[in-house]
Amino acid sequence: MANYMTREQAQRIVDRVLSFSNADQARVNINSGEEGNTRFAVNQISTAGDVVNATATVTSAFGRRTASATTNRFDDDSLRRVVETSEQLARLSPENPEYLGELGPQTYPEIDSVFASTAELTPDRRAAAVAAVTEAAAARNLLSTGFLLHGTGSTVVGTSEGLFAYNADSRMNFTTTVRTPDGTGSGWAGIGLNDFDQLDARDLGMRAIEKAERSRDPRAVEPGRWTVVMEPTAVANMVGLMVGSLNARPADEGRSFFSKPGGGNRIGERFLDERVTIWSDPGDPRLFSTPFSGGGLPNKREVWVENGTLRTLNYDRFWAQRQQREPNGFPAGYYMDGGDATTEQMIASTERGLLITRLWYIRGVDPRTILFTGLTRDGTFLIENGRITAPVKNLRWNESPIFMLNNIEMMGRPVRVSPSESSGLAAATVVPALKVRDFNFTSLSDAV
Amino acid sequence: MKRRDFIINGAIIGAGVSLTPRLLSAYGVPAYPWEVGEPFTPLGREPMTPELAARALDAARRAGASYADVRINRNRNQAVGTRERQITGLSDNETMGFGVRVLADGSWGFAASATLTGEEVERIAQRAVAQAKANARARPRPVELAPAVAHPSAVWRSPVEIDPFTVSIEDKVAHLLEANAAALAVSGIRFVNSSMFFLREEKYYSNSEGTTTDQVIYRASANMTPTAVASDNSDFQSVGSATDLQPRGLGYELVRDARLVENATKWAENSARKLSARSVQPGRYDLVLMPSHLWLTVHESIAHPTELDRIMGYEANYAGTSFISLDMLGNFRYGRDFMNVQGERSTPGALSTVGYDDEGVQPRDYLIVKDGVLNDLQTTREQAPWLADWYRTRGEEIRSHGNSYAQSWADVQFQRMPNINLLPHPTRDVALDELIGGVENGILIDGDGSFSIDQQRYNAQFGGQAFYEIVNGKVGGMLKDVAYQIRTPEFWQAMDLMGGPSTNGGGGAFGDGKGQPAQSNAVSHACPPTRHRDITVINTGRSG
Repeated sequence: MANYMTREQAQRIVDRVLSFSNADQARVNINSGEEGNTRFAVNQISTAGDVVNATATVTSAFGRRTASATTNRFDDDSLRRVVETSEQLARLSPENPEYLGELGPQTYPEIDSVFASTAELTPDRRAAAVAAVTEAAAARNLLSTGFLLHGTGSTVVGTSEGLFAYNADSRMNFTTTVRTPDGTGSGWAGIGLNDFDQLDARDLGMRAIEKAERSRDPRAVEPGRWTVVMEPTAVANMVGLMVGSLNARPADEGRSFFSKPGGGNRIGERFLDERVTIWSDPGDPRLFSTPFSGGGLPNKREVWVENGTLRTLNYDRFWAQRQQREPNGFPAGYYMDGGDATTEQMIASTERGLLITRLWYIRGVDPRTILFTGLTRDGTFLIENGRITAPVKNLRWNESPIFMLNNIEMMGRPVRVSPSESSGLAAATVVPALKVRDFNFTSLSDAV
Repeated sequence: MKRRDFIINGAIIGAGVSLTPRLLSAYGVPAYPWEVGEPFTPLGREPMTPELAARALDAARRAGASYADVRINRNRNQAVGTRERQITGLSDNETMGFGVRVLADGSWGFAASATLTGEEVERIAQRAVAQAKANARARPRPVELAPAVAHPSAVWRSPVEIDPFTVSIEDKVAHLLEANAAALAVSGIRFVNSSMFFLREEKYYSNSEGTTTDQVIYRASANMTPTAVASDNSDFQSVGSATDLQPRGLGYELVRDARLVENATKWAENSARKLSARSVQPGRYDLVLMPSHLWLTVHESIAHPTELDRIMGYEANYAGTSFISLDMLGNFRYGRDFMNVQGERSTPGALSTVGYDDEGVQPRDYLIVKDGVLNDLQTTREQAPWLADWYRTRGEEIRSHGNSYAQSWADVQFQRMPNINLLPHPTRDVALDELIGGVENGILIDGDGSFSIDQQRYNAQFGGQAFYEIVNGKVGGMLKDVAYQIRTPEFWQAMDLMGGPSTNGGGGAFGDGKGQPAQSNAVSHACPPTRHRDITVINTGRSG
């Protein structure tokens, strides 16, 4: 069983730390757990790792003077020292006028998202999952590379005001990139899950293998505005950029897309296609994530965008008080509602367009419009007269999720994806495939 | 052993006591601050450290490892953040642990734990060996390591003048708030964020071939971003500190020498000016790129594509591969004859500088591009033999360049770039004015900004902090919404002149990502200003 703090152990450590505190108020955040990974390249395992760690961060407050200190040692002497360090720093710190004190008891949904299949995953079973991909790739004379990562751990918040929050979860992620030996074709597939038993490594490998074979010898197309069929991973790569900007304070301060010219923010405004609804709910089994923030504030179910209208933004406690709103948590994972079109139907209805597997090296260009740049990667195809007719060279795009979500033509059924570029243990992200018009490509790339 | 034995007596030094910064050594001369002032006792001097390391190596050997190494780390870092007239965050972190890497049945295994006891190091070493044996089932070709010279008891310290943990937190916060006030005094500036970050990493390394290294590595950064907002909230713009201030492998002297308060006014004025700057007309321009900007272009389009593991397909699933292939060694022309690119970990104060890498190899300086032609690639002990043919034809020994690195004890080491420098003009001390003087219609870019590049490092797009038009050989007014797009080989071949030794500058970053799980590397890139002819510039403003 994975090595992480149980509720009882965590409660003991929190009590212990708070008993050493001389501050007016204090908070303890504990993260503990075990992670394992196996990497493979050129059809064989390259490296692997198994790590056990736990950290405790103590935040001490004297009036409005606060500071934090972190340790990963849990004997009494170390805990005493980390409390002292945070207190010494806090005493020397200037007052933070935005500090509102620590929270008292809160209620959170009970979430059971620890899966034994993931928590007890061994290097042998990881190697077997990897072999399901490498052997299939080798049999077709292709080169597979990839990464299997899993973690099981607990997250804890305790305060001097009586708050105690505990959540444990399991997460895993498996991604593979399969390339042709001549370097002219590349295909990717990946998924994020909580339960390792739901992983079909062979099926995932076959999807990447087929893409690699079909993407050999791509031809160039002209950059410009294209109709695109975006697979769910590519959709998440874009929509996540907007979800990450759903922040009230910069909006109210006039430095966000969500700022309203003349002052205030755009809550209540319709700003996207009316089919777009985005929500988060840490207790929903499709969206398991931690049901509280680092300060212990509950992450409740929240609808961010409803039928294209901005319903709310993220308010931290200070900004909520200032603006006389309820504070809310930030969406760690999110769900974007979809439709019932299949990817095949999207392709069949497209006279001329591109199919996109995933996006890469995504970086902000202009926060005023949430404009980002990046490239397509590992499976980009030309659609002509309702059929995929050729692989195409990758393209750089300069585009905003705001424009994209105003140009929707068709929506698929939402599915769980691996949204992080680095294949990390991201919170659950569930999005549909989309067919979108006028996606803005600015130049060609020779990268395969 | 008792855990207590491992608690450092220096853990809270600097946190509670306000010490006046002391000058511990002249810049560039390795300093051993603890021998002068004893701010802390380094991990390598704790008697239990070598004992635990030996026990890990012994347990690995008994479990069947043909090779093993162990890293024991203690990391201390401190972050101070402010906005406008107030503090936003103050944290002080110290974590430690160890990682054991082994070769068994021709495969790597790695396991790590935060619990520094004899039983745990044995358990983790055995676990790493068992994992390597499991991995061997999906590893047909065994790993081979290039030979390495043993360093039985090597010691190295970053050449710092002031241990940042001995400077009081009050001084740090007061310094940032004073700089913020200077920025806010500039008309149009509504917000300012500023921060400092300091790291001290103690790294004890030992391997089964008789090498033991004990190193203490420092890094420091300071940042400021003033934001100007139009009176009707219709626009906001920032020019951050990146034009003048880059992170270094230094102590508090980085902050002392940064002239934060004086520079804050300049950055704030530039931010305010950018609000009314002319939006760039897209097209093709000659570019003059300042070292504070160019380092990032060097990083993305030269340093990353010359990583040998990428070239061989090991990073295809995330960081990507490379447009470079092994057959391009000795014949691919990166740029003109005056272009030379060096890999090194020896420049005092550069971020990747160390005495020994994370497999105990003493890094060497080498030329990646020599007289404009691709000459060498970045390697570890596992990778150097992959270049055996190339080294044999040149009569060079097969040896790692010492480019192995892990971000912490919890991560396995792998190939990471050293400091990679575009060397200044080799034959003439070309001045910046000469670069600008030769441009009729161009743009000068100062400071690094937005960046994105494809997975083989061909197509890249770079923004910046401050942009100025160049008209008929003179720098003119400020521009905004500027980004340039390149194809790497053409971009470097379009460099028709570079600055000489007196113009040399550069920059660096803490957060260079690579690997899965993703690890951060810290590197510096020295470079002069350069001039590139006829480059595509796009407008990134609202019209897209």
